[in-house]
Amino acid sequence: MSLANAVSPLTPPKTGLRLQKQFSWARAREAGVRAVLLGCASLSLLTTLAIVYMFLTEAVYSVTPGTTAFFQEVSLWNFLADTEWSPQFADKHFGILPLLCGTFVIAGIGSLIGLPIGLAAAIYLSEYAKPKFRRMMKPVLEVLAGIPSVVYGYFALVFVTPYALRPIFQSLLGIDVDIFNAMSAGVVLGVMIIPTVCSLSEDALRAVPRGLREAGYALGSTKYDVSLKVVVPAAFSGIVASFLLAISRAIGETMAVCIAAGQMPRLSLNPFRSMETMTAYMVGASLGDTPAGTIEYKSLYAVGFTLFLITLGMNILANWVMNRFREVYE
Amino acid sequence: MTIMQSFTELVHQRQQRESAKRNRPVESEVTKLDVRNLNFFYGEKQALFDVSMTVAERAVTAFIGPSGCGKSTFLRALNRMNDIIEGAHHNGTVLLEGQEIYAPDVDVVSLRKRVGMVFQKSTPFPKSIFDNVAYGPKIAGQRNHKGLSEIVEQSLKRAALWDEVKDRLQDSALALSGGQQQRLCIARALATNPDVLLMDEPASALDPASTSRVEDLIFELKQNYTIVIVTHNMQQAARISDWTAFFYQGYLIEKDHTQKLFTTPKKKQTEDYITGRFG
Amino acid sequence: MSVPTKLQEPHLARRHRIDKAFEWVCCGSTWFGVVVLGMLLLSVGWKALTWPPSKAKLPSSPVATVEATSSSAPLSTRFFSSYDSRKPREAGILAAIWGSLWLIVLVALFSVPIGVGSAVYLEEYANDGRLKRIIQVNLSNLAGVPSIVYALLGMTAFVKMFGFFTKDEGKSLVINLLFTTVDVPLPFDRTLISGALTLTLLVLPTVIVASQEALRAVPSSIRTASYALGATQWQTIRYQVIPAAMPGIMTGVILALSRAMGEAAPLMLIGALTYVAYTPGDITSVSDIFKNPHGLLDAPFDKFTALPLQIYQWINHPRAEYGHLAAAGIMVLLTILLLMNTVAIVIRHKFQKCTRW
Ligand SMILES: Nc1ncnc2c1ncn2[C@@H]1O[C@H](COP(=O)(O)OP(=O)(O)OP(=O)(O)O)[C@@H](O)[C@H]1O
Ligand SMILES: [Mg+2]
Repeated sequence: MSLANAVSPLTPPKTGLRLQKQFSWARAREAGVRAVLLGCASLSLLTTLAIVYMFLTEAVYSVTPGTTAFFQEVSLWNFLADTEWSPQFADKHFGILPLLCGTFVIAGIGSLIGLPIGLAAAIYLSEYAKPKFRRMMKPVLEVLAGIPSVVYGYFALVFVTPYALRPIFQSLLGIDVDIFNAMSAGVVLGVMIIPTVCSLSEDALRAVPRGLREAGYALGSTKYDVSLKVVVPAAFSGIVASFLLAISRAIGETMAVCIAAGQMPRLSLNPFRSMETMTAYMVGASLGDTPAGTIEYKSLYAVGFTLFLITLGMNILANWVMNRFREVYE
Repeated sequence: MTIMQSFTELVHQRQQRESAKRNRPVESEVTKLDVRNLNFFYGEKQALFDVSMTVAERAVTAFIGPSGCGKSTFLRALNRMNDIIEGAHHNGTVLLEGQEIYAPDVDVVSLRKRVGMVFQKSTPFPKSIFDNVAYGPKIAGQRNHKGLSEIVEQSLKRAALWDEVKDRLQDSALALSGGQQQRLCIARALATNPDVLLMDEPASALDPASTSRVEDLIFELKQNYTIVIVTHNMQQAARISDWTAFFYQGYLIEKDHTQKLFTTPKKKQTEDYITGRFG
Repeated sequence: MSVPTKLQEPHLARRHRIDKAFEWVCCGSTWFGVVVLGMLLLSVGWKALTWPPSKAKLPSSPVATVEATSSSAPLSTRFFSSYDSRKPREAGILAAIWGSLWLIVLVALFSVPIGVGSAVYLEEYANDGRLKRIIQVNLSNLAGVPSIVYALLGMTAFVKMFGFFTKDEGKSLVINLLFTTVDVPLPFDRTLISGALTLTLLVLPTVIVASQEALRAVPSSIRTASYALGATQWQTIRYQVIPAAMPGIMTGVILALSRAMGEAAPLMLIGALTYVAYTPGDITSVSDIFKNPHGLLDAPFDKFTALPLQIYQWINHPRAEYGHLAAAGIMVLLTILLLMNTVAIVIRHKFQKCTRW
């Protein structure tokens, strides 16, 4: 044991201890770094404020003298009750209903397809699948989620409508299917929300304690009974939250529906005709290079504001439900 | 009273070993740390009640007591590690060489450089062995690679780890065994050149062989450092410490020379605890 | 005892049949995504590879014969080295690729420091007070805002700058960088920087949340150990916490960037959908950067196009030939995205394997 003896003391014993804070660059840097990081974090608040400011000044009430906002020219009543949307014609109508109709028909079709399939896949992954299969499937779902919206739009246009919808509905059932139609947009939208629903619902299902499942099996249940009558009800609010988030994504989805459903504002429930969603209108209006200051240009903000409020409402609801769910199991 | 006798024996053995090594008296009387009337709270819950104690320089002071009695809390109060815990607060004074460490103008960072700490669970950084030991000096401004290598080598030698790792300093520290990791953590604490070393059950997760190496190490280190150690192992306390303090339910029951505390405890609770009647 | 058993048996068999059927339905749903993915890739790939059509199918116009001599399939080098064109056989994605590349680099430059910085502030500095709660709720809401709303914000805040600079239209701010100067147009107008900033706002919530998760996964014992060695808070974060969280952060950032890369809507609204026959800063190869380093500074203020935009333009084109070009463009875009995803997955895998705290 010559260890310590062989080594000389690192430094001579210290004399005079000083613990007091003193100015040093290190201390100044600490404070500086903290301030910079706080700045970064508040940037997200600034973004929200900018969004709100933008909508309020461009859609609700203009603060720049000499200009007017959208709702200073078009009354809220007209906006909500008029059944026609035709900003580009001489006889301008600004009734949001056709756009809302297009948005909800397409998002509705998407949900009817995407939500059950996503949930069933989540149940399979969390209750039935072997860990290896799950590990293999997760990246595939991630790839599915990562495919850009434009690509889905193209897929709807060149595959879904000509090779899936037309053979079934037009040839077999004799229903006319437009090239641009709400159905194909809804179908690809359904595919697009599957990853969201699946991964969020799976998280909720897996958060259900094992004991609950075991209690179910101990009563002689089959896997079907346990999954559908024990686990799904226990994870219900988590699943609902995932549904809400997915629907809100479907409502805000832009390029796929813009390409697949076309740009024909129509107040109808026929999914085989062309329809226009709020998002598709915004893209279309920006294509024509509408000059700033015109009512057409301002209508972008009015539609954007409506969309923002709807998705925000759904997100807040989803987060609220999700937090309720977390409280139960954490 | 066989237990008492065995403790006496242990202490005696140690004294012999010690006096064979050097001619210094067993216990130094210079006060390094002076704690007065410390009350400590975790939010509403009080963990320490009016604790007063001095810690002697260049000596080993051991804290013993049943689980949850506040040993770790007291130890962490000595280098303000409790500052990180949300809602923790205290009153009373803690003096390091006569200076209040909780005074508002005290820089915790420089305090912790003087009062190092080793934890129960070894916590190597997920980096190389070299980087682990060099971390402290590096952040303190030592940039020169040669100087760093020197410090790393000396610290590892002091922690009795050098021979085992000198050929693989660039390997990940996570690849070391548990005992080696703990000695690495001690080396890492030594590299910042502290005056006081706080150790919270440093050997509780180690096998007997590693434990005895760490004990030897503590024994060597006390020539240069003031060491405060928490231990659940009373034989260990008897083997290595000069002073022993017994905590019970947040109170400091008794603190005395190790030999006296283990052979002629003044308080009934202490005697009950060391003879194994509770705890 | 035999009576109840007999009564239950058919019942039990039915229950098992339901169980089996349910399993098949769920399994089918899981494979549904894979099947659609396969069909998508096949149909797009088939479209991309069936171009150019054999001459017999083409209407014999003089133009076609002239074109035929100099044309080649979309997925050939020619496709990558030419600009968009009025003649489908000569159109390529050079401008789009460089535009997308620039966008990704700029978005990464903006969003990584800001995103990681915010996450560090929220996880390491902010105590669980009102401010943190507000920021956190705000973040989760921002993450759900549709990209088209960010597009509107980008158009208003960056392209037009809320109309603050309308009086001096066409003016630009000249920044002197000692060795050279940069002309910054104000407002930014329909330039790369507007697009990049818009996409940055779009991906920031994702980057922040992913980084927060990565930071949270770093065990607190690492922090405590570092403090005990006399490290300051920033030193602890800079040398211990961020390096330990790096793989997680990287994964999140790459996934967010790949999302940004595929976004078309925000760029459309800020008006990038125009015919562009040059690359940002006139840089078309790595060697151009050395020949014309000033191009690097000019590029962010050039007009631009990007892959998803170019694809949309071709999809929307009335001439059917452009459909094939769109498919070819999609193949290129998907390949890039798949590569990015793979890198992210590999990083995560490695990280999961080799770290044991
Ligand atoms: N972070 C904390 N928050 C709240 N209470 C705590 C915290 N840490 C410790 N306590 C409480 O303070 C009391 C003293 O704990 P301490 O860790 O000091 O005990 P200990 O003597 O070190 O025990 P052990 O021997 O088990 O390590 C215990 O009752 C414990 O529950
Ligand atoms: Mg303890």
